[in-house]
Amino acid sequence: MNDMTPIKTTPKDWETDQEVRWCPGCGDYAILKAVQRTMPEIGGTPENTVFVSGIGCSSRFPYYMETYGFHTIHGRAPAVATGVKLANPDLDVWVISGDGDALSIGGNHTMHMLRRNLDCQFLLFNNEIYGLTKGQYSPTSREGTRSPSTPFGSVDHPTKPCAFALGAGARFVARAIDVSKQLVDVLKSAHAHRGTAFVEIFQNCIVYNADVFAGFTEKANRDHQLWLENGKPMLFAGDTKGIALDVASLSLKVVDVVDGNWEAAGVLVHDVTNCTVAHMLVEMPFGEFPMALGVLYDDPRPTFDSAVFEQNAAVTKGKLPNLQKLISTGQTWTVDA
Amino acid sequence: MATAARIDAPDNASPLQSSEAVVVRFAGDSGDGMQLTGGQFTLSSALAGNDFATFPDFPAEIRAPLGTLFGVSAFQINFGSTEIETAGDAPDVLVAMNPAALKTNVKDLKPGGLIIADSGEFTARNLAKAEYDANPLEDDSLGKWQLIQFNISQLTLDAVKPFGLGNKEALRCKNMWTLGLSLWMFDRDRQPIIDWLKDKFAKNPVLADANIAALNAGHAYGETAEIGQPGMVAIPQRHVSAAPVEPGLYRTITGADAVAYGLVAGCQLADVKMFFGGYPITPASSILHALSRLKEYGVMTFQAEDEIAAIASAIGASYAGQLGVTSSSGPGIALKTEAIGLAVMTELPLVIVNSQRGGPSTGLPTKTEQSDLYQAVYGRNGDTPLPVIAARSPSDAFDCAIEAVRIATQFMTPVILLTDGYIANAAEPWKVPDMSTYQPFPVTFLDHVPEGGFKPYGRDNKLARPWVKPGTPGLRHRIGGIEKQVDTGHINYSPENHQAMTDLRKNKVDGVADHIPDQDVCLGTTSGKLALVGWGSTFGPIHQAVRRARAKGMDVSHIHLRHIWPMPKNLGELLKSYDTVIVPEMNTGQLKTVLRDQYLVDAKPLNKVSGQPFRIAEIEAAIEEALG
Repeated sequence: MNDMTPIKTTPKDWETDQEVRWCPGCGDYAILKAVQRTMPEIGGTPENTVFVSGIGCSSRFPYYMETYGFHTIHGRAPAVATGVKLANPDLDVWVISGDGDALSIGGNHTMHMLRRNLDCQFLLFNNEIYGLTKGQYSPTSREGTRSPSTPFGSVDHPTKPCAFALGAGARFVARAIDVSKQLVDVLKSAHAHRGTAFVEIFQNCIVYNADVFAGFTEKANRDHQLWLENGKPMLFAGDTKGIALDVASLSLKVVDVVDGNWEAAGVLVHDVTNCTVAHMLVEMPFGEFPMALGVLYDDPRPTFDSAVFEQNAAVTKGKLPNLQKLISTGQTWTVDA
Repeated sequence: MATAARIDAPDNASPLQSSEAVVVRFAGDSGDGMQLTGGQFTLSSALAGNDFATFPDFPAEIRAPLGTLFGVSAFQINFGSTEIETAGDAPDVLVAMNPAALKTNVKDLKPGGLIIADSGEFTARNLAKAEYDANPLEDDSLGKWQLIQFNISQLTLDAVKPFGLGNKEALRCKNMWTLGLSLWMFDRDRQPIIDWLKDKFAKNPVLADANIAALNAGHAYGETAEIGQPGMVAIPQRHVSAAPVEPGLYRTITGADAVAYGLVAGCQLADVKMFFGGYPITPASSILHALSRLKEYGVMTFQAEDEIAAIASAIGASYAGQLGVTSSSGPGIALKTEAIGLAVMTELPLVIVNSQRGGPSTGLPTKTEQSDLYQAVYGRNGDTPLPVIAARSPSDAFDCAIEAVRIATQFMTPVILLTDGYIANAAEPWKVPDMSTYQPFPVTFLDHVPEGGFKPYGRDNKLARPWVKPGTPGLRHRIGGIEKQVDTGHINYSPENHQAMTDLRKNKVDGVADHIPDQDVCLGTTSGKLALVGWGSTFGPIHQAVRRARAKGMDVSHIHLRHIWPMPKNLGELLKSYDTVIVPEMNTGQLKTVLRDQYLVDAKPLNKVSGQPFRIAEIEAAIEEALG
């Protein structure tokens, strides 16, 4: 049924006839465009692609992708996607979620999808606010966030999506910005990874939390972006600064790079398979440190679906289903006529 | 009749007393292996050709503190030479392995019934734990029953001495000693149990030998006591003849296994693969366990992180073209409720099995109840109709599971299948059906653009929408929980559309009534003075009570519903043809309320919510009162 021969598509082929209903200026538009640009580049086939979402602004996404799509219920997209993938592993499954959907009501499912390593792409649109319910603070909102439900400022400590993902056992963790030109490349890397590819996308909610990421997304603040590339030194601010390891405290530090001599400054070279450094990168306090972006961690291991199918194939090898025989076994006896 | 033990006149030439039916209850500490003893005794009853029904009754605690009242585990079996439909009202024989087991069970024993007690366990400490001031084996407090006591613990230790087991391990063989004695009492063959023990302890032959020695010693005790050895108590022996049943191959089956096999059979008949998403919960886990071993039947099982993920993954699988199935008990079904609504809205096939237990909240996890009928029929937000069917017995659960699959796949709807803790755990003989006699109902996946264009929410003559596997070219579409536009399935909030879609969803489910059998009267006549209308596991006691009342000449009939929603089309007329309708239920009157609402009949409740099944006598009394 599933003809996997790659066909040539254009971004237009991935657009539905449905009117897109996000607020004008919402970061979701940029993400939608980036995904629609990514699909032809990865050789995707629309009918073999499924977008599964939960509830929230981001979760309207499947209606706008000319693929198969399932807009499910709040927080449960990872679980629905698990059923989709196990029922048909040939499908290319994308899960679309937000900070409230994935980390609050659906935190449990997100954790377990990552731990199991289901082969799919998990895009978390993080805008640090509940948009669709009109602006309550979310599990990623910073302390002191004033919102309708926290008029005097929130008092609880936010979670860091990428740290959560690594803690749950994710084998691919990446970060990008809704409007960044690198988003397509990050999505392509995510798709190339076999297993759950977790991508946190900083998404600007222009109505309820505008410019909350301006500290590194604004043009003037681009020096605060650290774009990571495998095998390349961790340089930022026009290569004038870098990230080095402070051996004495076993922590990262920002060092100045003079005349491009990053080696002399002890700048680390990004190794996407280094989980320890990935943990340190996602924990860097912003301000003192830049925002680490790009593919932070990419170290595949066998996926849940492949393990399930391997075991099923092994235990059913040579066994022919015979229902009549099955129901005729156990504690049986015959009553003669 | 099931509980009317009849002992033949003493002038019977046979030294054995003969009984039509006997109820035996094995009761002991939860570590004493009573469920195992009961299970093996059940097997021996089956092999002896008896009809039987069993009722395991065990505590919610896995290992309750030793010797306590709440740690008592019991297994009751009713076996006989006539048709048996319940586990029996009151036991004829109670085997009590300790004071707590005696205290919690003796009040149920028939007057004149037999108590077999392990006197070795009636120590001061155990008596205190069971809150006995004095040893009941030594005063006359058990005067209205026959009491046989001996030190089973010591006799077991003596029997297994040659095997060099530790004291604790040796005492674990007590249940086999007791089983050996029980086999002697009912004139049973030991060999199948010996074979089973050898198989069970294949990796530890010493334990196998010790258990077999204990079994043989118990059996020998009965034999030698009979010939009047000094210091030994003679034990009455009874013979229960084989029940006359239809010829064929039989097996014992629990409701949980029957549901699992029925789901597999249903999926074969529907020609779809099954995806089962489950989360452990008592008493439903056994369905997950059973299906996990059936992968070669095209069954994928997935133990999810919670009840919600269990159903959500099943819905995902249904969307992807397999039949999603999930199973739980009341509290878990509550958690799945929002997702059931999604399956209704997206019109995907899904089977939800609820093995009901005592509620509300955590309630009585190991006890049986029928109190989730409202939850099944009404318990969702919005106008969210779905078909509900209920199994009446362990073996009936097989056909009900097939029926659930049929309705789900033919009508593109979630279906709830109700069983309960009693059905799930109880074993009964089942005449193995011939699968070639079942009519297949293969599903058709839409795989091409039909004439007039593809409509994801278009309808067939049963109002079912097409089932499309993602991956199919030309049929890409998006579904979700937001209200769908008629035909196109696009998001649509318009008032007219919501009214139209609400009506469509209702009409589709109502239309299931056109594709189910008319309601039959399973015992009695299609009109008359009194009808007892039941559903689920109350079948046995209602049927026996009606049978007894009819034998006394009373005008009473038994109607038992499989289809709870929608109900069979003739049901309203049928109910109105009786002067009185009584609805016995293990809840506070849920089916009664639905019947009153649907048909404006003056259905009267007969309720029991104690975590225990109805006794036949309780229903008989209600019949007599109504017709008195």
